[in-house]
Formats: sequence, structure tokens, C-alpha cells
Amino acid sequence: MGLETKLPSGILLTNLERFVNYSRSTSLWPATFGLACCAIEMMAAGGPRHDMARFGMEVFRASPRQADLMIVAGRVSNKMAPVLRRIYDQMSEPKWVLSMGVCATSGGMFNNYALVQGVDHVVPVDMYVPGCPPRPEMLLDGILKLRAKIAGETFAEQGARA
Amino acid sequence: MDLGLPPAIVTLLTFAVIGVLLWLFLTRTVLGRGFSVPLRYMLRKPETAQYPEEPRPVTPRFHGRHQLNRYPDGLERCIGCELCAWACPADAIYVQGADNTLERRYSPGERFAEDYQINYNRCILCGLCIEACPTRALTMTHDYEIAADSRQALIWTKDQLLTPVPEGAYDTPHTDREVRDRGLNYYGGLAVTPPTLHGGRFRPAAAAPSARAGQVVPTGAPPSTDLAAGGDH
Repeated sequence: MGLETKLPSGILLTNLERFVNYSRSTSLWPATFGLACCAIEMMAAGGPRHDMARFGMEVFRASPRQADLMIVAGRVSNKMAPVLRRIYDQMSEPKWVLSMGVCATSGGMFNNYALVQGVDHVVPVDMYVPGCPPRPEMLLDGILKLRAKIAGETFAEQGARA
Repeated sequence: MDLGLPPAIVTLLTFAVIGVLLWLFLTRTVLGRGFSVPLRYMLRKPETAQYPEEPRPVTPRFHGRHQLNRYPDGLERCIGCELCAWACPADAIYVQGADNTLERRYSPGERFAEDYQINYNRCILCGLCIEACPTRALTMTHDYEIAADSRQALIWTKDQLLTPVPEGAYDTPHTDREVRDRGLNYYGGLAVTPPTLHGGRFRPAAAAPSARAGQVVPTGAPPSTDLAAGGDH
């Protein structure tokens, strides 16, 4: 077809893949989506001591159109679930979801009628960070693992998740 | 303005006046004291912790992930009593006990944990399980980097939680004969007795012939005399 048939197999596309993954993983912009006490730790992670700006993600976007990572920080109530889904749908591709804290991951200790028992009932989750709330290092650990995951994605996987 | 002074002196005087005015501005006026804050902080070391490369140490009693401990001879401390699972406010612990047999002994005592799982999807790292544990089998480590990309990976099983076999020991199961030949006293001693029992005075478990794990039966005078003297409390 085009240029890639002239080159040895895999050279152009793998390098393009690596470049795309590098640019995607090193400037994740989180959407502002603090729901409970985990949001306090998320803000601490953005503060001077833990400083998420070191990883190119200090801008918490108030508009989901400009964000590509949703940090679900806190318990998701049944009333909040449709809002969360709408915000997720409004985010532009490619987008990732990080479930921060046990409440977002599974409902945690609040196993009752008011809470969604795991945010993956509502949106697909790419990384789970346990803890109640996770300390900022745990959140950064989850984000770094997510970055490693993004950096290893192939185009085929990216097409499948879109 | 000609003061009839040498130019070097005039220059020095000018700088001195500027310096005094600046010092007065930064220390005496409201606006200047505000400006002096960022100036001071410019000279300080950055507060930022370089997390993945040089993590700062956590406090000594930090609640990290759990660990199932062993005795120095390799036997597991957990006796499968499920008190941790009962204490857990989030229902994150699953214990399945089983009987020790003469050929396969995992822990001192009657029973051991055949299966032990902690669900870190639900665990809130509160430490109530640690307080409930009668044999100090379950403790918490300083390890907190346990994020994973699936819910299955966050359910830790017994082989992940169990601490490595100590130096010179070997893995469970042991036979009952080996354990008896070693002749260790597993339950007697400070490890299982709360220091608040008997008015803060510890009585060794060996002194009481009917002592059981975690329970010391007083044999001498009742401790009420100590309380009347105002010793404890």
C-alpha cells in the first residue's frame, strides 16, 4: 500500500506506536472528579510535596473534553453513577479510568443500598488503587503503573478498547 | 548634589541607604512582609519528595499491606480462628480453618488456616484484624505499592501473604514428632499476654498450670490490692 510496504516489516509502525504511546503516557491530564475523602489525598498528590507535575499531569481539567484520565476518587453513589458515566462519555478518546480507593473499587466497607459496589459497573477501569484513602504515594504508584500499561499498548489493543 | 566627599564614599553611602530602606520595607511594612515570604522560600530546599526514586520513609506504625508471620522454626502462627475475619468492618478477610494432623502440622495447636485471603478491593487497612489476632499471626508491613489493573490481582492469597521461611527452618507442614522433639513453648510468654492484665503486672503463663493461649489465670493474691494502692489506671 503505502510507505510501510517499502520498509522491513514492523519498523515504521512499531516506532510510531512507541512515539504515540510515549506522548500519550507522559502527559495524562486528569479530570477533576473528587467524590469523597480520597479527593483530599488526590489534591495532596497535586500539591508541592508529592507534585504530580513531575509526571506532566498537574493540570486537573475542569472540562472533561480536555481530560484523558478520570481519577474516580471516592465512593460512587447510585445517584452519582449516571453523572460519572456522562462525564466519562464526554471525555475525548483516548481515555483511561483510575479507580482510587476501595470505595470506588468495590464499595469498600460501605456495602449498602446507596453505593455502587465498584465503579467498573459503570465505566471500564484500567487501574485499581487500594487504600482508604490511599496515601499520595499509592496514587502515584497507581498512576505510574497505568503509564507503564499505556506505554506497552499496541495499536490493535488501542483499537479494541476504543 | 555635591557633598564634597570622594565618589567611593558616596557610592557606599547610597548602597547603605538603599539597604536600610529595603530592610525597613521587608520587615516593618505589611506589604513588604508579604513580599518577604516568597523571598525566604526561594532560599529553602524544595519540599518535594522524589517519590518513585527516593521514597520518604513512612512512620513506624504505618498500616501497609498485611503479612502472616511464622515462628522461628517455620511453623505458621495463624491458628485459623477467624477472629480477624470477624473483626473486619469491610468483610475483606476470608479464612478457612482445618485440623492439624500428626503427619501434617502447620501451626502449634489444633487448627491452622488452610486458606487465607485478604481482599484489597475492600480492605481499608484499619488494623482491627491486627488487634483481634490472638497469636500475632497477622501484622502489617510498610509496603503500600499494591495497585493492580484487575480486581482478581488485588485478592491476595495465603502464599502471597505468608512471610518467607526463617533462616535455618523449613517450610510447613512439619510432622507432629518433629515439633514435639523441638520442645518449644509457643504460647507461654509475653507475646500473647496483654500487658494490661493483672494491673499491669505480668504473670508468666508457665506459673499457672491451667493457662491457655492468651489467657493467664491468676494464682496468687487478687490484684485488687494493687488497684487500692493506686498503682495502675
